Amino acid sequence: MRLVTTNLTYKEVQPKLRELVDTMFKIVPSGVGSRGFVDANKSQFKEIMEYGSKWCVENNYGWKEDMERTEGYGRIDWAEPEKVSSKAIERGMNQLGTLGSGNHYLEIQVVKAENIFDGELAKKFGIVEPEQVVVMVHCGSRGFGHQIGTDYLRIFEGVMKKYNIEVYDRELACAPFQSNEGQDYYKAMACAANMAFANRQVILHRIREGFSKIFKTEAEKLEMHMVYDVAHNIAKLEEHTIDGHKKKLVVHRKGSTRAFPPHHPELAKIFKETGQPVIIGGSMETGSFLLVGTQKAMDETFGSTAHGSGRTMSRAAAKHQVRGEQLQRDMEKRGIYVKATSMPGLAEEAGFAYKNINDVIDAVSQAGISKPVVGLKPVGNIKG
Amino acid sequence: MNINNDKKRYKFLEDVAIADIAYEAYGKDLNELFENAALAVFELSADLKTVDAKEKIEFGLENEKIDNLLYDFLSEILFLKDSKYMVFNKVKVEIKQNKKYNLKAIVEGDNINPQKQRLENDIKAVTMHMFEVKKEKNMWKAVVVVDI
Repeated sequence: MRLVTTNLTYKEVQPKLRELVDTMFKIVPSGVGSRGFVDANKSQFKEIMEYGSKWCVENNYGWKEDMERTEGYGRIDWAEPEKVSSKAIERGMNQLGTLGSGNHYLEIQVVKAENIFDGELAKKFGIVEPEQVVVMVHCGSRGFGHQIGTDYLRIFEGVMKKYNIEVYDRELACAPFQSNEGQDYYKAMACAANMAFANRQVILHRIREGFSKIFKTEAEKLEMHMVYDVAHNIAKLEEHTIDGHKKKLVVHRKGSTRAFPPHHPELAKIFKETGQPVIIGGSMETGSFLLVGTQKAMDETFGSTAHGSGRTMSRAAAKHQVRGEQLQRDMEKRGIYVKATSMPGLAEEAGFAYKNINDVIDAVSQAGISKPVVGLKPVGNIKG
Repeated sequence: MNINNDKKRYKFLEDVAIADIAYEAYGKDLNELFENAALAVFELSADLKTVDAKEKIEFGLENEKIDNLLYDFLSEILFLKDSKYMVFNKVKVEIKQNKKYNLKAIVEGDNINPQKQRLENDIKAVTMHMFEVKKEKNMWKAVVVVDI
């Protein structure tokens, strides 16, 4: 999940919204079998697996400051490309710079005055005024990460007996962390995480190019700074305090996201006083939130919070209730211009298929595991 | 195997998985079961009426366990979709059982072209959640949940 600011207001963007969304749709490929615009060869792709965002910035797909605004600086340093199958590489190599499908999206959003909950902190994160336009991206490592998952799922299935492990659901196949299989997976998964950071980084590069073209102004002058980029499907070794003792733990955040408090040693200097920005995505109709990590998250949830509103309705049920074309027209009437490669896919993502994002934000806020900073209303969206 | 056949080959299970898609596939033998399980994946990826069988890909797999063979077979199709940029509409499977199960498959389809095909879900992975292959009376049945 990645959030980027602009210094444009909705009034300035609105007349060009359609052109802007159409351009994004063209330059950020999405949907089944889309090819990315980064033509990386095998040895470059290995560097991407190892260096993530750093590779992108060094190859002119980003600004240096983007890295410190990314979880772990956009690079997990225990990644080992040798632990990744050639199949995964072949599947993922050409997907760098693609959005994917399902619930992945690129969204143009607006800050409304009534949705600024902590003005001072918002300013520190780059959200300085009501009506400001921002861009949010939700996507990951695409087929590459899934192939790694598939490969290791089969490896783990074969060794669970050896380690005397039984699981209730075969999808939870695993191996001890310190075993060879466990360590290999940990290093391969880091390659997937680095590919995901890189994917969102090159997409950000494209977003900057698109805005720059439409508004005939350089991205630097449009102040298209990153607010933050946070993973929400990753396992990492972290230090946590358990019963007063510091312990190294593997924290797996799946369907959750990191929410570190101010002064956490893993945070970049710019977030030392504020705490880590947290992005929680809602449906394409209702909006998303920027929050900040808290000490309570550290004390109670291993520095984690929710990552999105979550579905309440199956994809099939959503499709029975609305057709994609109808939904697209209805949303446009409400001021949200949406473009999708698949109309049934669009219907599956209808707002009513998701929990009310406000309830989710209330829950994490009342639990004290993250604190709302601003709410963001969608005005333009591209879907895979 | 042709898709224009009236017999029920697979059924999507609408309320089993909220964020993913679950289905049951059927077959009078293993070959038919595998073919039908693949056709469900094809249908989830694109409107089959808009896909031409222009290119053929053959591959082989082997496994001691029939469920793992199906998992690998469906995963191979997803791999081919992404690495060859293809959507498929035809499949032929031949499974032989010696010590292990040996599978030979031919899938047919076309290069992905959004102008030509009505594309739907970009399936990310076959999951092991609820994954099952079993024989009920005289029919083979599989339960598959794919990650969307």
